[in-house]
Amino acid sequence: MEDILKIDRVVKRFTNLTAVNEISLNVKRASIFGLLGPNGAGKTTLIRIITSITGADEGTVYFNGEPLNKFHPTKIGYLPEERGLYKKMKIGEHLLYLAQLKGMDYKSARKVVLEWLDKFEIRNWWNKKVEELSKGMQQKVQFIATVMHDPELIILDEPFSGLDPINTNLIKSEIYKLKEKGTTIIFSTHRMEQVEEICEEIALIDKGKVILQGRVDDIKQQFKEHKFEVSFNGQFNEEMIEGKADILDRNQDSLIFKLHGETGSNQLLMNLIQQGLEIKSFSEILPGLNEIFIREVEQNAL
Amino acid sequence: MHKLWLIIKREYLIRVKKKSFIIITLLTPLAFGLFIIGSGLLAKTMADSKKSVLVKDDTGIFERNYEGDGNILFDFTHADVNDLKNTYKTDGYDILLVIPAVIDTSFKTHNAQYFAEEKIGLTTLERIESIISYQFENYKMEKAGIDKAMLDDFKVDVGLQNGYTMETAGDEAEKSTATDKTGKLSLIIATVLGGVMGFLMYMVIFIFGSMVMRSVMEEKVNRIVEVMISSVKPFELMLGKVIGVGGVGLTQLLLWVILIPVIAMIAGLFVNDPMQAAQMTDAMSQLPQDTGDFSVAMVLAEFRMLNWWVILPVFIIFFLGGYLIYSSLFAAIGSAMGDDMGESQGLMWPIVIPVIFAFMIMMNTLENPNSSLAVFGSIFPLFSPIVMPARLVFDPPAWQIITSLVLLVLTALLFIWISGRIYRIGILMYGKKVTLKEVGKWLFRA
Repeated sequence: MEDILKIDRVVKRFTNLTAVNEISLNVKRASIFGLLGPNGAGKTTLIRIITSITGADEGTVYFNGEPLNKFHPTKIGYLPEERGLYKKMKIGEHLLYLAQLKGMDYKSARKVVLEWLDKFEIRNWWNKKVEELSKGMQQKVQFIATVMHDPELIILDEPFSGLDPINTNLIKSEIYKLKEKGTTIIFSTHRMEQVEEICEEIALIDKGKVILQGRVDDIKQQFKEHKFEVSFNGQFNEEMIEGKADILDRNQDSLIFKLHGETGSNQLLMNLIQQGLEIKSFSEILPGLNEIFIREVEQNAL
Repeated sequence: MHKLWLIIKREYLIRVKKKSFIIITLLTPLAFGLFIIGSGLLAKTMADSKKSVLVKDDTGIFERNYEGDGNILFDFTHADVNDLKNTYKTDGYDILLVIPAVIDTSFKTHNAQYFAEEKIGLTTLERIESIISYQFENYKMEKAGIDKAMLDDFKVDVGLQNGYTMETAGDEAEKSTATDKTGKLSLIIATVLGGVMGFLMYMVIFIFGSMVMRSVMEEKVNRIVEVMISSVKPFELMLGKVIGVGGVGLTQLLLWVILIPVIAMIAGLFVNDPMQAAQMTDAMSQLPQDTGDFSVAMVLAEFRMLNWWVILPVFIIFFLGGYLIYSSLFAAIGSAMGDDMGESQGLMWPIVIPVIFAFMIMMNTLENPNSSLAVFGSIFPLFSPIVMPARLVFDPPAWQIITSLVLLVLTALLFIWISGRIYRIGILMYGKKVTLKEVGKWLFRA
């Protein structure tokens, strides 16, 4: 049972819009999966279907191989993008309440909540009211609320928005720790640099359909344009690569070029060396997810 | 089920623990007690202020027949009026009353004068007037050769009483004197009590209903709702809230039902020693004319005669039923509203109109408790929570109460279900002004 989540041709229609249009996805256990897409692509709707907040019109979601049932929400932790807490409640009782709603009994809920508060060094917040905390502080509480019941699957929608760099790192390292423990994380964001840093696999959704999915490395390979950067000592002239590559950018001691289809990178490098250029570095330039994202979404709009 | 219980518990505790709830719940009976103490003290000062009146009665009628009165003491004199004006005060009288002689014995009006340094209250004045006029009446009857005892014999006081309650009420002998007054009295009490209960329901529906609505809106605007419904079903969340807030209302009501009589009793003891109370009622019943006043004792007796064992439980069931119907509607409307209450005011009319209608029928019911409108209003489930409590005191037929209760329970269930369907969609709907038509469509969405 490799995949914790299997989404099979799921459809969700609203009055004048098909928000999710036959989406199929598999999410591997203990992986960090990026769910990407422009605003209004259908990400939130898809997440709501996974978390049983709304039902799908067609298709099935399998959790651990079983179609979603009413016990699964206790095994899922969800941090929505638009989030909030009861302002008048105290942090301690609030977390206890949410933990119990996730099916924990009072005693173990209390134990776990205290553990997490200790982990974030905020145990003294127990008796503070939510409204006394800043937005970023509330965010931490919210993160605890998402993970405290030790779910198998955690869905984080823009988990770092509003967090300072220190707290971002704190949460990030907790995410990695959870992953090490075997928790699966679905991570939804617009911030591509975070996706590249954190996610192993992604799915790009636009207009209710998956337009791209796979491992981050594979996708980058798939979209590579045979661009290389070489830096060197010595005199370079264009004849050295004549007919093998186009120069895209040239500096005193470095060069960016695009290989022609039939030429291998090794062959070109050999050429350069043979012609007396002293190579300092040679690397392939892979496209960033950001570019891929923009390009694919724009293409999809056509 | 466990989750529902958790939600109910939170919604209940968070409100009951609030300072404002505790203050209002305790202050209301206290205010009641203060009111009783206040009015008791007032009555006491009134009772204390016995007036002594010096009467110069040139007719001789009054003087001859007067027997005495509890609160106003009359002394008679034949001194000169002008002298008396100067001396009555120093002689210890509050009022000097001068009744000029009667010239024409067929007089219909007779003017007397009074002199007093302090202002005399209207009650005292009216009292003196009625005492004098009573004496004159007797005098004129005597003059005309009418035997007063015989005239009294002719008088028949008709007491209209509900035949059914007559049968159940105590023994005959005692009743014959009591009923002629209690027939009317019980009607007055029923009207007041019915009105109070109907009005209470009306208030309860709006106060606790809008409490539910505000709380739903807050959750939606706060965005906690999405976190919540990733753990519980929207229906559970709504139902938990409705029940929790209802529990708060019930707690308050029960506390009042217990506290108000207790405090009223304590306050009563505090004000009146029983002697004085007896004196007061005595004084009142001694009034020569039947002015329609009823003694406190009679009112209390009437209150005891109402069958509270039916009224209270049925009232509470109607309270719950009416609350469930309307608060679930309020929850549904709250879920459809955005953060801007004013913008979606149009969504409110499905609640406001039936409640106002019910209130109007209730007012009408108090006058005609068995009119067909009243019967309809007390059975139709959108109106019955307000109309039936008002009718309850008038002893409506049992089949009507039962029919009404059954319909109420079924309707409450139906409305909870309907509201749940609207709620589950409404709470996830953001940034769009919703019309009633759309809300209607949500009902049928899968």
